[in-house]
Amino acid sequence: MSIVSFLDKNKHFNRIILVLRDVMSRPSGAIGLTLVAAHLVLALISPLIVPYDYKAMNSALMLSGPDSAHWLGTDHVGRDVFTRVLLGGREALLVTGVATPIAVIWGGLVGIFFGLVGGRIDEVMMRVVDAFLSLPWILKMLVLIVTFGTGIEVLIPTLAFFYGIPVIRIARAATHDVVARDFVSAARARGHGRMSIIRRELLPNVLDTLMVEGAMRWSWMLLAFSSLSFLGFGVSPPTPDWGLMIADARGFMSFAPWGVLGPVIALSSLIIGINLTADALAKALGIDRAQKAPI
Amino acid sequence: MLRMLIRRLFLGAVTVAIVSLIIFSGVELLPGDACTAFLEREAKGKLLENCREAQGLNRPAIERYVEWAASAVQGDLGVSANGQKSISELVGDRLKNSLLLAACSLALGVPLSIFLGVVTGLWRDRPIDLTLSTLAIFAMTIPEFVSATVLILLFSIWLGWLPGIVLTPAHAPLSEFFPEILLPVLVLTMVMTAHILRMVRSSVIEVMAGDYVQMATLKGVPHWRIVFRHALPNALLPAINVVALTIAWLLGGVVVIEVVFNYPGLGRMMIDSISDRDLPVVQAIALIVATVYVGVNLSADLLTMIANPRLRTMHMRRK
Amino acid sequence: MTTPIIDVKDISVGFTAKSGATLPILRNIDLTVSEGESVGIVGESGSGKSTLALAAMGFLKRGLRLLDGSVAFRGKDMFSLTRTELEKIRGGEIALIPQNSGQSLTPTMRIGAQLIEALRLHSSVPASEHVTKAIELLGQVRLPDPKAILSRFPHELSGGQQQRVAVAMALAGEPHALLLDEPTTGLDVTTQAHILELLRDIAHERNMAMVYVSHDLGAIARVCDRVVVMYAGEVVLEGTTRQVLKNPAHPYARGLLASIPRLADHHLPLALDGRPPVPGGVTAGCSFVDRCALVKHRCRVERPGLAALPDGELARCFYADKTAEVSLAGLGVVPVELESRGTPALQLDALSISYHQPGLLNKLLGRAETRVATVDDIDITVCRGETLGLVGESGSGKSTILKSVAGLLPPAGGKMTVAGGKTLAPVVDNRPPDHLRSIQLIFQNPDDSLNPRQTIAEILEQPLRLYFGLTGQDLYDRSVEILNRVRLGGHYLDRLPSQLSGGEKQRVAIARAFAADPELVLCDEVTSALDVSVQAAVLDLLNELKEKHGTTYIFVSHDLAVVKVLSDRVAVLYQGRLCEIGPSNQVYASPSHPYTEVLLGAVLEPDPDTAPTLSADDIVELSPPARGCPFQRRCPRKIGSICDSETPPWHRLDSGHAIRCHHKIDDLAAAQVVAVVE
Repeated sequence: MSIVSFLDKNKHFNRIILVLRDVMSRPSGAIGLTLVAAHLVLALISPLIVPYDYKAMNSALMLSGPDSAHWLGTDHVGRDVFTRVLLGGREALLVTGVATPIAVIWGGLVGIFFGLVGGRIDEVMMRVVDAFLSLPWILKMLVLIVTFGTGIEVLIPTLAFFYGIPVIRIARAATHDVVARDFVSAARARGHGRMSIIRRELLPNVLDTLMVEGAMRWSWMLLAFSSLSFLGFGVSPPTPDWGLMIADARGFMSFAPWGVLGPVIALSSLIIGINLTADALAKALGIDRAQKAPI
Repeated sequence: MLRMLIRRLFLGAVTVAIVSLIIFSGVELLPGDACTAFLEREAKGKLLENCREAQGLNRPAIERYVEWAASAVQGDLGVSANGQKSISELVGDRLKNSLLLAACSLALGVPLSIFLGVVTGLWRDRPIDLTLSTLAIFAMTIPEFVSATVLILLFSIWLGWLPGIVLTPAHAPLSEFFPEILLPVLVLTMVMTAHILRMVRSSVIEVMAGDYVQMATLKGVPHWRIVFRHALPNALLPAINVVALTIAWLLGGVVVIEVVFNYPGLGRMMIDSISDRDLPVVQAIALIVATVYVGVNLSADLLTMIANPRLRTMHMRRK
Repeated sequence: MTTPIIDVKDISVGFTAKSGATLPILRNIDLTVSEGESVGIVGESGSGKSTLALAAMGFLKRGLRLLDGSVAFRGKDMFSLTRTELEKIRGGEIALIPQNSGQSLTPTMRIGAQLIEALRLHSSVPASEHVTKAIELLGQVRLPDPKAILSRFPHELSGGQQQRVAVAMALAGEPHALLLDEPTTGLDVTTQAHILELLRDIAHERNMAMVYVSHDLGAIARVCDRVVVMYAGEVVLEGTTRQVLKNPAHPYARGLLASIPRLADHHLPLALDGRPPVPGGVTAGCSFVDRCALVKHRCRVERPGLAALPDGELARCFYADKTAEVSLAGLGVVPVELESRGTPALQLDALSISYHQPGLLNKLLGRAETRVATVDDIDITVCRGETLGLVGESGSGKSTILKSVAGLLPPAGGKMTVAGGKTLAPVVDNRPPDHLRSIQLIFQNPDDSLNPRQTIAEILEQPLRLYFGLTGQDLYDRSVEILNRVRLGGHYLDRLPSQLSGGEKQRVAIARAFAADPELVLCDEVTSALDVSVQAAVLDLLNELKEKHGTTYIFVSHDLAVVKVLSDRVAVLYQGRLCEIGPSNQVYASPSHPYTEVLLGAVLEPDPDTAPTLSADDIVELSPPARGCPFQRRCPRKIGSICDSETPPWHRLDSGHAIRCHHKIDDLAAAQVVAVVE
């Protein structure tokens, strides 16, 4: 292995470490990453640590308050709320965790492609993208879900497809910015092939923007997913999911608020965590140049 | 200038046309049609054929598209799946309700968010900025149904100040929606303000750190005049676009709020008609919302062009 | 002695770094400016000169703070005044003319509104007369049609016009002192000369004190009485303009002056090695130790103070009296034997290039584009091993021609041929590998021409792998060798561009170009974005590489002195058309094309005894005229309507010198009595 290519491999690893360190050095990054990491760990190990079976209904204990046996009380069919809260993020994280990278990758590739191609095709494509974006998100997704069902094999592609569309615009804009710069002209003048220019000059510079965008996409997708679950179009019962739990517990809120508070805190903390991380990441990568976000 | 206007209108119309194509083909591609929805389990054999013929569903797609599009342009959106009611009537009610909700939220939210955005931008990193920005992050990231639920818990159940649910029927006159509309408006305002505030803040900071503000300072222009005469006209330009997006969102994207509060708007209708497979209604709503979105964006673009001298003047002598 | 109008006493300004340490931008600066006096502050990037000028107004950029000392303006301590008091003084008693007026004028306010604002705040003119006074001010800065300009927006004006508006705005309050922060950066040579004359006249007429910050010693020579030279946040030399520019008593100033190419020179300017220290980088001793030819042990441990010399100058050097001993002999450029020319390395025949594409609407309506070509009718032959300079101002098309030769912009018409008579394909995609390798392009801005995400090793790997298929150890060895050729060590390989200085980055760009072993190197304003002292080093390097490899250069620049020093032959372009071409010493002498004459006249030499000649008006040309001579609108020697209607003929003199003009050569020679170069 030559010295040059060795330095190459090291460079990627080094950069990741440097960026992570930068993110953690900021209060927003530290809090955000911790929250996200905590949620991810929880999602992974929760089935091993939950005290009860999430399906176990107990008609004698419906809507009972928090006590030593049930730390967050029980829901309207007697299931342990604490258990369900711990498990509630698994489905959401699975679905969005798979759909987000797909969305960013497909949207990014299409956006970069059209950003490079330019011309008439690009203009037409942008009209189509705009047209898609003009439709209400719920409509787009519900139409597919209602027709094909709510299993994850429908949810993942649906979310990935519709959330990839805005990425097209962003990737295209980033591509335009990079292509205008001299080092790309220099590569062209040298006679490098198109694919080589995309791979070596364009992608590394556009990837930063896409990464930050990816983080934001993830948080919006989680919002959408939990909204869908809330409306009854996402996860199917009895799978525990925070959105669904809030929907179920809503009616009993006046006298049994714990059924709502648990999932509310869980869901909010995850989404806030992702957003804070995205903010810190943008600053660390130098995308938020004016260092505008407050923390 | 006029050329630009015509070009934009043209492009907007093209976008709406493409949307209508997408909507129509999308609906076409789905299994089932208005008849299968209407007849449900009896949708087979002769009954199905007759229904389709009566509805004109056995004609080629292009023909149906053109007919639908042509009448839509004239304001006739057809009839609902069960063939009973005029869609225009049905949608009309819901649309007016959604407009009311949107208008109230905008009236409250836009001035508030711009004001707060400017304040946090001018006093960046001070206590007021940190407080408001943190609140904004919360308002933005917490799902609407969560904030709605929490607010209902707070204002309706614990404090009992406001009704937590809307019981007024869809066709009622607008005035009857008060005070039930207040909590939904509050929630929407909260979310909207968070987004616009962040954006305005960012823009204000950028402009205040810029060259011409520094020059005005060095020219001895009093600070407040710099803010109002030099900085804000530039800093608020991007707000036009964000407000446009917000308007579009208020009309088509607030389904969850409508469900939580039982508000009879377009969003609820969307869900109901999708669940009922009432495809003509779905098509119609999609078209309306999309048209509003395109129209609002167009207005925002034009407004920006008017407000931004650089875009306004076509003949530029630059070196 | 009268009280100075600006009295800066021992100020130090700095900022707090992430690590918590305080890093100084200015260290113990004293500066006094008397009424009616013009003082120039000279320095390169990082010297702190702009910070000093703004501090004179009591202003520090966000993040900077005053560590020590005081600034008094007309007796008032600027840093202890309230905001209201400062607002009264700034713009009124002391006014700033900023560096980039295009960005310093509020884009949403009309010119008139901004001018009247200044009048309202700082002048005693009654409101009813504001408009009249504004028009008067615009007239004083020699703007044509002032009334129309009042209702325009800043972006509708040219750079030169914007700068004049800034001057008018500064004068509105009838200030006692003017601060100018590099006011002619980015302006064309001729525009620059006009603006400087305006400033000079204004300063003299109104007896205003002036503080002129610049890196351009030519401008300073023209406008200032006294000069202060700054380096690494300190004043290192202070004296009258004559003293500092003719016989500087500090090694840095001497090196700086020597590194500026002059029209009368026959040799390359002397390069100053190394780079200035970063803020906080100087902990002990003199800040110039790393680059000084006179350095002794004492310099490294003791920081020299500003000592007065017998002739009244102040110098921060222990050995100021020995400065004259520093050798200034620059390297000579070996002239290319014109007889040894073989086949041309590049030939352009009737080349024409156009940037315009018909708009969508026009295409739909079937309208053909009838606009005039950006570049037209270019016939140039470049011989192997020679350096051809292309000069012209903005709009001259010189960079456009390079782009076409490089294959990035297909010409609209004409032919390009390379060595061996082979045609050069218009676009890179159609060129054979050999052509791709033998023609290399170096860009102006090194920040932009190097991929920020690639290490130097990867940057150099690209041409080496593409053209020679080198990998592994071979690749590594060759990369180090190339870096050494541009005087950079092998340890630069794993650095990122952001870790290098401007000069170093440009060297890497040069290394990348030479890695391909090219026959023809296209240099597009490669030194324009660099500091003066760094520029000399890069020119030196280019010359050395040329001598070693016999490379042919096409060197584009707006700086006439730089082009002259490096080039064998020079072509002068105006609005995309050739005006004159020939051996450089002939082109720079009389007889010249009227435009060449104007250009040469406008050059500012760092010599207080020379003055520019301003002949052509400072008009902005948007596009070349459809017919006739391209210079018809501005030519001071215009004959008449023949210049508007007919393309001027070529007059060929001996040794390949050609001028394109309707005048006869003898007439031109006789009229151009003043020779710029012997």
